Amino acid sequence: MPFLQLPAKHSAAIPPAGIRPAGARWPFAMVIDVAVFLFVAVAIYGIYSISRAWLGPVNPHVEISQSPRILPLYALYSLIRLGIAYALSLVFALAYGYLAARSRRAELVLVPLLDILQSIPVLSFLPGVMLAMVALFPRRQLGVELGSILLIFTGQVWNIAFSFYSSLKTQPRELREAAIIFRFTRWQRFAELDLPFSTIGLVWNSMMSVAGGWFFLMACEMFVLGDRDFRLPGLGSFLQTAASNGDTRSILWGVAAMIGVVVLLDQLVWRPIIAWADKFKFEQVESGKSQAFSIVNLLGRASFAIRVYRAVAAPVFGWLTVTFAAASRVARSLAAPARVPSRRWLMILLGVVVFVAMAYASIQGGRELANLSRADYSHLAKSAGLTFLRVNVSLLLGALWTVPAGVAIGSNPRLARIAQPIVQIAASIPATALFPVILLVLLRLRGGMEASALLLMLLGTQWYILFNVIAGAMALPTDLKEVAQIFRFSKWDRWRRLILPGIFPYLVTGLLTASGGAWNASIVAEYFHFQGKILSTPGLGSAISRASDSGSFDVLLAATLIMATIVVLINRVLWRRLYRLATSRYNLQA
Amino acid sequence: MATAETTLAPIIEARKLEKFYAQADGSRVQVVSPIDLAIYPGQIVALLGPSGCGKSTLLRMLTGLSPASAGGVYWHGQPVQGDAPNVSIVFQSFALFPWLTVLENVEAPLEARGMAPMERHKRALRIIDAVGLDGFESAYPKELSGGMKQRVGVARALVVEPEVLFMDEPFSALDVLTAETLRGEILELWLDHKFPTRAIFIVTHNIDEAVFLADRIIVLGRNPAKIRADFSVKLSHPRDHKMPQFVELVDAIYRALTSPDAEDSASGTPAEPATTRQRKVIMLPHTRPGGMAGLLEILADQGGRADLHKLADDLSLEVDALLPTVDTAVLLGSLKVEEGDAQITPEGLAFARADIQERKMIFRKAALANIPLLRQMEQSLKAKADRTLSSDFFLDILDEHFSDDEARRQLETAIQWGRYAELFDYDAATGKLTLTEA
Repeated sequence: MPFLQLPAKHSAAIPPAGIRPAGARWPFAMVIDVAVFLFVAVAIYGIYSISRAWLGPVNPHVEISQSPRILPLYALYSLIRLGIAYALSLVFALAYGYLAARSRRAELVLVPLLDILQSIPVLSFLPGVMLAMVALFPRRQLGVELGSILLIFTGQVWNIAFSFYSSLKTQPRELREAAIIFRFTRWQRFAELDLPFSTIGLVWNSMMSVAGGWFFLMACEMFVLGDRDFRLPGLGSFLQTAASNGDTRSILWGVAAMIGVVVLLDQLVWRPIIAWADKFKFEQVESGKSQAFSIVNLLGRASFAIRVYRAVAAPVFGWLTVTFAAASRVARSLAAPARVPSRRWLMILLGVVVFVAMAYASIQGGRELANLSRADYSHLAKSAGLTFLRVNVSLLLGALWTVPAGVAIGSNPRLARIAQPIVQIAASIPATALFPVILLVLLRLRGGMEASALLLMLLGTQWYILFNVIAGAMALPTDLKEVAQIFRFSKWDRWRRLILPGIFPYLVTGLLTASGGAWNASIVAEYFHFQGKILSTPGLGSAISRASDSGSFDVLLAATLIMATIVVLINRVLWRRLYRLATSRYNLQA
Repeated sequence: MATAETTLAPIIEARKLEKFYAQADGSRVQVVSPIDLAIYPGQIVALLGPSGCGKSTLLRMLTGLSPASAGGVYWHGQPVQGDAPNVSIVFQSFALFPWLTVLENVEAPLEARGMAPMERHKRALRIIDAVGLDGFESAYPKELSGGMKQRVGVARALVVEPEVLFMDEPFSALDVLTAETLRGEILELWLDHKFPTRAIFIVTHNIDEAVFLADRIIVLGRNPAKIRADFSVKLSHPRDHKMPQFVELVDAIYRALTSPDAEDSASGTPAEPATTRQRKVIMLPHTRPGGMAGLLEILADQGGRADLHKLADDLSLEVDALLPTVDTAVLLGSLKVEEGDAQITPEGLAFARADIQERKMIFRKAALANIPLLRQMEQSLKAKADRTLSSDFFLDILDEHFSDDEARRQLETAIQWGRYAELFDYDAATGKLTLTEA
């Protein structure tokens, strides 16, 4: 999933500040707490049953049940997979972002690397990750499970890392100085400055990442690798199996279950967390409030998230701070300069190892690439052109409907109150879950697969554009709107002189995010197992999916490199420039 | 405790402390020229100077936040290295952590020192009480007014019982009345020895504030920063702004601040090779031509001559706001400053009396005559066949003499002035400068 650099753009959707778990709505808060307690109990059962399954022997031919009654358990399996993958992503992203922001030398490599890694679709990681994990645990189901989790991880981690990195880089100078002058320990600085300052960006990017996890869940739970068929019980594999069998009833059950889980997750987990994150907004004055719809808002507000934080996280952080402070004082009094050279040697050694590994990998990769014939390459180039067209047509279609709709919603508070919650829920539904349903309808038409692929890309990415346009329209200054009114701008002039330039920075942000997302989505949009056969439409995404299916690593490598190159190039050549133009010329704040 | 001090060894001493940025071509941009400075126990020392003169850089070097390029900081005679001495800073922007409550903000420095929860709680509450914040312990900073926020900043700084308290323009983000109140309260705490700090070092651009608080006032000149004057204030507290000695001292400081640069460079420290190179470049004050026009009009109305201090008072401007405009007028030959009085020149008078178009003509002539940068820009543009150059070209030239940020600001100001003088046109989207054909 692509980067989201400007969490502030989403402030329109952030619920109001100053919410305390004060007694006002106690009975409802209790209901929430009980529900959460039940959820935890179920999760513990799930972990137990999962660990039994995972530590069991490898069972490559797991039968994916098609009974609706199995769906709660499958949902739990998928949730836990996603949860572990997200936790791994968060830890890795924090370490990555921290290193990139704090070490000038690491920054030089790590930041461009992020750009490239985020442009690689998950399926391209599939063979490497899977074979490694299966080799690591040849006798246990754990290997396949870990492989699937790592696959989800590769789709989630990069934008979180980038968000943390850019937050660290934009810390106000005086706050940093305060931390130094008051001798904050490294841990304290992390816990009381770095992490809180980055929280809002981390929360929004986490939401996007997990949404990406749902989007690619089907691909990550059930796949073919050469002659090996991997299946893991879960919501994604349930849907995938139903689609392969062409079983309409099961497809509908699966879609309903997935939508239910995603919406519940959104309302019970993300909304409270966003409300809680508001306390980390960096501003000196309390700002105007905006409402966001949530079941939790109606019931117990953010009470639970805040109480969990106070009861669990805050004391742990406090204890760690004191412990680390004591430890660092000891370290300071025993200051040992002799350690420095050994560390430098370590760094040099590490550098050499990385260099050798990279040289080896490029030689091997080069050999693989040399295996391919000229015809293969010209085929891939043609595929890339087709996917390029498809991506941009889907962006155009997306912009065509979201710009008028977003402007209408953003400039009409009454409409916004009704539309915002609907849009938010609609956006949280993973488009891939709907894909089988779309295919059921569209395949009857001529060119149905082509239309379906376009539609899936559109469904997967239009929300980024819509949300940003709404935020942009909301940010249009009232006095400018009044100018347009007083001078009786025609409708066309209003759009040309006021609305389009005004929302331009937001539109660019949305399109940039959507573009990356659409490229990644091509691997599922262009290639699909349905009703016992493979449906595909020529393109780079289907080339990658097919290569991964058939285990032809050389094609996979070449196609992946082509896709990464194209995405990075488009970002650099087109979006970055537009973005710079947007922030300089069309910046309403300046 | 200040009075009990018999041996007056300095707490902090700066010896030949300087800051410069080395350029790629081996030359350097001098930000702070070598400065000797000592802070003695029992004193409030005010560091006064126009904005952008390097006051904050000096403060950051003294506290160890920013490394010195040469020279050193001595703490009780010992060179400072590694572990920072026991100092605190009250920041201009408060620099409170918005996600921590008032109490947590004040406790954070104690936490950093590994103090047990009970003990740090007790200490924090005591100091919160002393600065008048009791009742707000569990509030978040965004719920507080500016004055209350800065009280938290002061409490946080004092809770570690620093030996020297540094304050970086602590009242300049507050409104006048709030600043006045807080200033008085802090002074009272200090005079009553309510906290064990042995010296206060305050950076400010407000002359009144410096005279009201300080026992010693150091006036800094700019580009690069150097000590212009060192006043010792013997007035007893509480000081009355209307007292003749008070007003006299403010006047004297005004004179020191506005005396032309040439004067003290002649009598000052011998110039180093790097600094002589520096002199050829005139640093533009960051003002708009409109501000100068306003000043000249007012002066013309007042008969052409006015006391700068009184002028600032009448306009209720702080020195920080007025001086750059005065500098601009002096630079362009519209104004002369002698002994703290501003005297309009015939050119200045003509400018004040002119209409918009004539003003632009006068400004253009004065700018080309007095400002080498604008002259150079015009000539470079003329030399090009298409009369167009990228602004980056000039930025590269400025980069040789100024830090990156300052070079950018210099260019921005030069473009402002050049546009007003109708010397050239600037397209912000492309960053291109185009000569205006007469």
